[in-house]
Amino acid sequence: MSASGALPRWADVALIPALNLVLAFAISGLVILAIGEDPVAAVRIMIDGALGSSYGWGFTLYYATNFIFTGLAVAVAFHASLFNIGGEGQATLGGLGVALVCLALPWPHWALALPAATLGAALFGAAWAAIPAWLQARRGSHIVITTIMFNFIGASVLNYLLVNVLRPTGSMDPATGRFPPGTSLPTLHDMAAALGIAWGRNTPANVSFLIALLACFLVWVLIWRTRFGYELRAFGKSERAAVYAGINPVRITLIAMLISGALAGMMAVNTVMGEAERLVLNAVEGAGFIGIAVALMGRSHPLGVLLAALLFGFLYQGGAELALWTTIPRELITVIQALVILFTGALDNMVRAPVERLFARSRGAA
Amino acid sequence: MQTAPAAPATTRGAATAPPAIELRSISKAFGPVQANRDISLRVAPGTIHGIIGENGAGKSTLMSILYGFYRADAGEILIDGRPVAIPDSQAAIRAGIGMVFQHFKLVQNLSVLENVILGAEDGPLLRRSLARARAELAQLARDYELEVDPDAIVEDLSVGHQQRVEILKALYRDARILILDEPTGVLTPAEADHLFRILANLRQQGRTVILITHKLREIMEITDTVSVMRRGEMTATLRTAETGPEDLAERMVGRKVLLQVAKAPAQPGPEVLRVEGLRVTDDRGVERLRGIDLSLRAGEILGIAGVAGNGQSELLQVLGGYQRAEGRVLLNGAPIDLTGRRSDGRSRRARGIAHVPEDRQSRGLIMDFAAWENIAFGYHDAPEYRRNAILMDNAAMQTACARAMADFDVRPPLPMLPARAFSGGNQQKIVVAREIERNPDLLLVGQPTRGVDIGAIEFIHRRIVALRDAGKAVLLVSVELDEILGLADRIAVMFDGRIMGERLPGQTDERELGLMMAGMAEGAA
Repeated sequence: MSASGALPRWADVALIPALNLVLAFAISGLVILAIGEDPVAAVRIMIDGALGSSYGWGFTLYYATNFIFTGLAVAVAFHASLFNIGGEGQATLGGLGVALVCLALPWPHWALALPAATLGAALFGAAWAAIPAWLQARRGSHIVITTIMFNFIGASVLNYLLVNVLRPTGSMDPATGRFPPGTSLPTLHDMAAALGIAWGRNTPANVSFLIALLACFLVWVLIWRTRFGYELRAFGKSERAAVYAGINPVRITLIAMLISGALAGMMAVNTVMGEAERLVLNAVEGAGFIGIAVALMGRSHPLGVLLAALLFGFLYQGGAELALWTTIPRELITVIQALVILFTGALDNMVRAPVERLFARSRGAA
Repeated sequence: MQTAPAAPATTRGAATAPPAIELRSISKAFGPVQANRDISLRVAPGTIHGIIGENGAGKSTLMSILYGFYRADAGEILIDGRPVAIPDSQAAIRAGIGMVFQHFKLVQNLSVLENVILGAEDGPLLRRSLARARAELAQLARDYELEVDPDAIVEDLSVGHQQRVEILKALYRDARILILDEPTGVLTPAEADHLFRILANLRQQGRTVILITHKLREIMEITDTVSVMRRGEMTATLRTAETGPEDLAERMVGRKVLLQVAKAPAQPGPEVLRVEGLRVTDDRGVERLRGIDLSLRAGEILGIAGVAGNGQSELLQVLGGYQRAEGRVLLNGAPIDLTGRRSDGRSRRARGIAHVPEDRQSRGLIMDFAAWENIAFGYHDAPEYRRNAILMDNAAMQTACARAMADFDVRPPLPMLPARAFSGGNQQKIVVAREIERNPDLLLVGQPTRGVDIGAIEFIHRRIVALRDAGKAVLLVSVELDEILGLADRIAVMFDGRIMGERLPGQTDERELGLMMAGMAEGAA
């Protein structure tokens, strides 16, 4: 006789996240007021800067692409009740995979390089998730602990490789050399121009945004339409029941984490191949962690992840604009992002409980 | 509804005393669900009052209100004629109410004495409290046949003794009204008899006992008065002497029910299952099965009786494929892999073994999955549920679910509802439907009617017998002796990982089985 499941579906997927956001933005507004700035003006700058022009969109979608990949990575693991906190490290290694593929051959055309680089990113990301997954499945080492540690190991490995192995002789910069021109991905500007649409130049959003959209669809099919997805969700809901049904927990844990790691790794196609066109230190820039918030806010559903990723893309780009045009310090953006994560993730129940009561009461009165 | 003035013959001159407990129009709703509706009840001091009802009838909610876990939306509680407010369990204890839960609330690695004083210490230093409790426990043991070694560690005690500790805890806090929630579910018949003697002693000393149970036999055996609850309402309060099991069952369910399964004599065919020298050692190195030998033939129901925790679960788990074991198991004459990589639930199903697990909520169903997803659970790689090697055929699963729901009278017949939205009985029907519809050679059934209402019990029993009559073998594990005696064609009794012996249901009785369940050697009775 519990009150759980008292919410209609639309309230669960739309109303609650919306209320969470409103609260987060309201408190952000108070913070902006407290430091003596105008919140309304700030919002206007953010919206204008991130969404008001194709130039702004070019950045917003670029960031969103990263968050879609890392958000999907966390979401797939969530469905198996695994908390993959290692998106950062897996994306770092994914970058290595992209760089190795791109530098291996004088690629004649990006259409050939892109699938190969995507595969390299996925393989390296998956490999980096494989070790924590194996330790969890076989040895019971908690995946949260091991994936966190692998973030640090991944950063150190990349540091070593860039400084000692991959750095071109004579360069002072801990980075690989520039990728061959044949690996340069078309930006949204290029693609829009091919269709005869005017789109701002010099923005990093590129063709990998379309791959991210495709990934959303494929993850949806995987989780709700395939036999593996069925087993994955069953295992995530109840390991005891899964074992009764003959589902192998070791197999599910390993495959779920490999897919998760591969998705996180694929983020590097966007940053390393699409934007930087060489591998630098810290190419991931925290997107692995943002993925956790994106998956939480998106309720681990690919469509939700897509929307949440767009929101965080907006926050990133809008925040950069804010720092550029006002005296609001850049750190405030971190505060806003943190508030969004706090309200959508950690404080979800604070909003959910009263809303559920409200619905229960209105139904009781009916 | 009117409540009969509860003043049974056994009360000694208490006719004029106010009721020990009186409830006036208690109501409680959880959202749209009215768990208790306008409940009134008077229990005379020095009596044993039974409350009987199906799962979800509101018994537990009512008792939780009495013990301060929930607050009633409306209504009054009077103790000894005085209105009281019971906002929390501390207030309930102060009002003289003690509660013995179905699942004990004991600290396993503390001693009996330490458990008894926990939360009722006299001061910051334990020495004096322990000494006082020791003396009082000795007195209580003499008065009520409540002997327990005060220095024993709780986890070393039998379940029956742990329950006594729970009763002692309540009495130590000076409870004059003792509420017991399904107290015999985990006891052997002998332990249950002892418990009833304790309750009778408590009554004799003027204490009031409220016994919540779904077992009609216990109501008839021990209570003075009985209340029947159905769908949140108290539909009747009767003197036990003036009613009978059939009458109570009908009042609980709202229609006539058959308490006994009608079944023809078994027509055993060839041997389907043979178990030889089965041994299981758990993670801590404790031997849970110590060499089990069994034989089960087609068209036969073999009932495994025993107190919970004597190896029946492990036996089901080994046969179901998710517990490693040593020994030999033959199905239709061919051995089953008990240790290898291919020993899992999937390979067992492929061999024609279906399994209704003991715990449907944590094993048999994914509670968050829709009914249609659960109907394929364990059989999800069957060709009819798949479009190809990768994709599932959701439409086929939904059709199969709608058919099974119609066939097994699952209510409401909505495949889209999640499993947790169904009552216990309907959840179990989903599991039983899934397993029986695969037409297995061998059906393993664990506690098929635990937490299932009487109407659904009747239905599930009929389907199990029908499967037997179709020439299939059924291995039935249950802690309910009535169920074993009513369904099984042969009965094997398990104790401490061994088979104590086999009996035919017509040639044995609860007493003999009870002794075997308690580990008495065959013939020693």
